[in-house]
Parts: sequence; structure tokens; C-alpha cells
Amino acid sequence: MKLREISELLNAKVLCGHDRLEEEHESAFASDLMSDVLTLGDYNPVILTGLCNMQTIRTCEMGNLDIIVLVRKKKATEEMIEEAEDEGMVVMECDYSMFKACGLLFQAGMKPIF
Amino acid sequence: MHLEYQVYEADFVNAGAASSAIKKTLKQLNVNPQIVKRVVVALYEAEVNAIAHAYGGMIYADIEPDKITVKVVDKGPGIPDIAWAMQEGNSTASPEVRNMGFGAGMGLPNIQKNVDKLNVTSTVGVGTTVEMEVNFA
Repeated sequence: MKLREISELLNAKVLCGHDRLEEEHESAFASDLMSDVLTLGDYNPVILTGLCNMQTIRTCEMGNLDIIVLVRKKKATEEMIEEAEDEGMVVMECDYSMFKACGLLFQAGMKPIF
Repeated sequence: MHLEYQVYEADFVNAGAASSAIKKTLKQLNVNPQIVKRVVVALYEAEVNAIAHAYGGMIYADIEPDKITVKVVDKGPGIPDIAWAMQEGNSTASPEVRNMGFGAGMGLPNIQKNVDKLNVTSTVGVGTTVEMEVNFA
């Protein structure tokens, strides 16, 4: 699924990485626990998380994960957006709950990584 | 190549800065990206540990043609039972650490999964040293 379609499906606001919205991604992973996010090995799924602070961006940077959807109406700080832009990441804000966001993406064909 | 970074207690704003710098260096040296990821994930967990659980410390990295050795030396309080700390799910993290998305007792096990050699030594009241080695091939 294209990142643009993901943003539309989740009614999400794209904060940075607008130039990457035509990229296709087929898998997603959802967690608020950054240590879980660091166990994903070589995959680069779309990350859905309700954890919204600098550690969200840093953890994704360390794990080579560069597409982040912030759920539950969490709002990224300017500092987070700047860091994400520097890393070339795509970051979106979505008002839906984690459950609803995951459900919509799963229904639309996004795959789990395990 | 020898690199050194200082980390400070509860400095969550900068947590990951050392790991990020080492990641950039390894990328510049054209190390295999999968290996870089293993090094960085392990190092980042160790860096967060020194900031979250200890009174800060030092990170020493030595990059050789065939491997990287990293030593994270913190200033205490030390781990009374390393075997307990190595088990997934065991944690003494504060609510602040948990709010940062860590503290689920996965740090040390996560380090172990990503490195080729790991040695954790600790003296209560003195500090903990985490030494890890990752081969490039």
C-alpha cells in the first residue's frame, strides 16, 4: 500500500517525508514499547505507536525504521519533527486509537511481520 | 579507531546521541548495514541503561577492520544479581523510564541477541561494565 493511501485511510496528517508518499509498504508493526520495536531484525515495517517523545524518533533511527504513525491524537514536538526530517523519515499523526488504526490497515491488506 | 562518549544520569533528551554517532561512523566505513543495525541496537539499549539505571558513565568504542568492541562503563549503583537482570521481563525501571518506552526488562536480553560476545560485570556500590563485541563478517 502506498504511504499516501495509508495517510488517507487513517485520516492522518503527514508531518514530514511528503516526498516519499508514493512509496509502497506492505507490513506494519504496532507497539508502545521501544524495546519491542528494537527486536524487529531486518524488517522495516510501518511503525504505529502511541509513544510520542524524542525516544520514539531515536529508537526508530537506531532500528532503521523510517515510517512512523503516531496514534491516539498524540502530537509530535517541533524537535521530534526536525530530528525525523534530518533522518529522512515519514511521520504522521492520527487521531484514531491504536486498535482502530491497526484494524483499518489490516482490513486494507497490510500484513503483520509475525 | 577509538571513540569515547560521556553519558549522564537521567539525560533522556540526549539518550541515543552516542549510538547515533557510532552508527554514522560505521556507515561511513561501509560496514554491512545489517551488522550496523545489530551493533547500534545493542549499543542503544546499553546507552539507555547507563542513563536510566546508573549515575551516568562512559562509552568506549574500538573499531577494527574485522570487528567493533564497545565498553559501557557506568558509575553505579551496580547490579546485585546479573543472572536475574539478564532474564527477559525483569526490570527495576522507574516510571519515568517506562514513560520513555523502555523498562520492560528487555534491554540486556536484547543486547545479548545482537552481539557475538557479551560480558557483564558489576560491583554493587561501584558500577557496571557491559562489554560487547560484534564481528563484521
